[in-house]
Amino acid sequence: MRQADIIIVGAGPAGLSAAVEAGRLGAQVVVVDENAKPGGQLFKQIHKFFGSREHLAGIRGFDIGQELLAQAQPCAQIKLNSTVYAIYPDKQVALIADGVHQETIRAKKVILAAGASENVLAFPGSTLPGVMSAGAVQTMMNVYQVLPAEEILMIGSGNVGLIVSYQIVQAGGKVNALLEAAPRIGGYGVHAAKISRAGIPILTRHTVQKVLGEEHVEGAIVVQLDDNVQPVPGSERMIACGAIAIAVGLTPLTELAHLAGCQLTFISRLGGMLPVHDDNMETTVPGIYAAGDLTGVEEASSAMEEGRLAGIAAAEALGYIDAGAAAKRKAQVWERLHMLRSGDFGSYRRQMKEEVIEKGRIFHAI
Amino acid sequence: MRVKEHPILSSLDRIPVVEIIVDGIAVPAREGESIAAALMALGRLKLRHTHKTSSPRGVFCGIGRCTDCVMTVDGQTNVRTCVTPVRAGMIVETQNKPDKGE
Ligand SMILES: Cc1cc2nc3c(=O)[nH]c(=O)nc-3n(C[C@H](O)[C@H](O)[C@H](O)COP(=O)(O)OP(=O)(O)OC[C@H]3O[C@@H](n4cnc5c(N)ncnc54)[C@H](O)[C@@H]3O)c2cc1C
Ligand code: FES
Repeated sequence: MRQADIIIVGAGPAGLSAAVEAGRLGAQVVVVDENAKPGGQLFKQIHKFFGSREHLAGIRGFDIGQELLAQAQPCAQIKLNSTVYAIYPDKQVALIADGVHQETIRAKKVILAAGASENVLAFPGSTLPGVMSAGAVQTMMNVYQVLPAEEILMIGSGNVGLIVSYQIVQAGGKVNALLEAAPRIGGYGVHAAKISRAGIPILTRHTVQKVLGEEHVEGAIVVQLDDNVQPVPGSERMIACGAIAIAVGLTPLTELAHLAGCQLTFISRLGGMLPVHDDNMETTVPGIYAAGDLTGVEEASSAMEEGRLAGIAAAEALGYIDAGAAAKRKAQVWERLHMLRSGDFGSYRRQMKEEVIEKGRIFHAI
Repeated sequence: MRVKEHPILSSLDRIPVVEIIVDGIAVPAREGESIAAALMALGRLKLRHTHKTSSPRGVFCGIGRCTDCVMTVDGQTNVRTCVTPVRAGMIVETQNKPDKGE
């Protein structure tokens, strides 16, 4: 059976950052990703990132992806078109390589960085062709330069809904309205201001009642919601559109962590179930680490830092760096992570993450 | 619908066009794009009908997880078209056509 020091599942910002740290320290690293292109979510993001300079704010997502990839390629083997479908005891990682061959690789350490998947919203007509996740719309227009329709209705006013709406306009499409069930816009004010300037009406306290169309989307009946999130009778109105994009949050992809026997915990504001881990990003299964959106849906910048932590810790456990040097590096990463997890939007994430880590510490102490 | 001009992305003109056969008709596609993207560019959103109720489905997740976008490709059924790139001469067919009464 093939062997590797470290197998990383997922070549997004978290996985690639882990590969760079561990690979540079001398560990033999294999990164596996089911996509044809590495970079995870980054390659469909054409906007300039927010955050601080250390975190590449102002740089476009796909440029960050290119940069990370250039750093990772010399120090890791990146296996694309390959899906990890199981992790057996003894860290035997089973995958379908190149879409066809079954292969099992035994690793000394495993880093799970599979990211998150978008949430579904069910309403009459939600299975009709043209109702898509906002991420799918983003891939179509920013990677393949195809718009699903000329006129699109967006559901959800978090950063994803706001950014993708703006990108639809950049691609030459029209967003007829952006609906938000809550009384307030969910995402950052700067993004909301940008889309208001682009002339997109943001309808808070509104949702889709049903989709119109037989073979594909032709429009939607939208309705206002009262304080108890119930439809206000008589407020129904028709909005014509050829597609509906859904941006109502993401859920960590925990299947592999679950299969590997990692203890999971439920934290709603981080996206739901996620693996318990300690300060080293090590899960409750010794030698299996997790990083990025998989351990709570945040941002690419925090995903990269978590990946770095996992990469350093795994290399340390394998003896590629001594404890003193590793502690110093990890402290630097933590400092940046704390910076990211501050302010109005960040501090609750820090609080939630600390709860997860406390559970992990207790587990490892027993 | 193709995005013709984009303020950030470069023009598609340099990407070669290949031909694929969809339900017996030759259609253009851009090299390297997914089958679902090629069909969407032609304005086709409906990719299949469900087996039991024949209701139409198209791309939902776009990342290979939901299987709403499956079609028969070169004789192989249930191929996820959102994550399968086009290839010149590829034969793509709609599954569970309602007229077959499946
Ligand atoms: C519209 C939008 C805008 C955003 N804007 C910003 C921003 O401005 N700033 C910011 O910091 N963040 C932003 N983000 C968030 C950021 O993109 C994510 O937080 C980040 O990509 C998470 O990184 P990750 O490595 O954990 O996961 P991902 O990037 O999702 O990568 C996971 C990878 O794992 C692979 N994978 C999953 N399962 C398997 C398996 N079983 N086998 C093999 N491979 C597998 C996937 O194919 C994928 O490539 C934005 C996100 C969206 C959707
Ligand atoms: S659209 Fe979900 S698998 Fe293709």
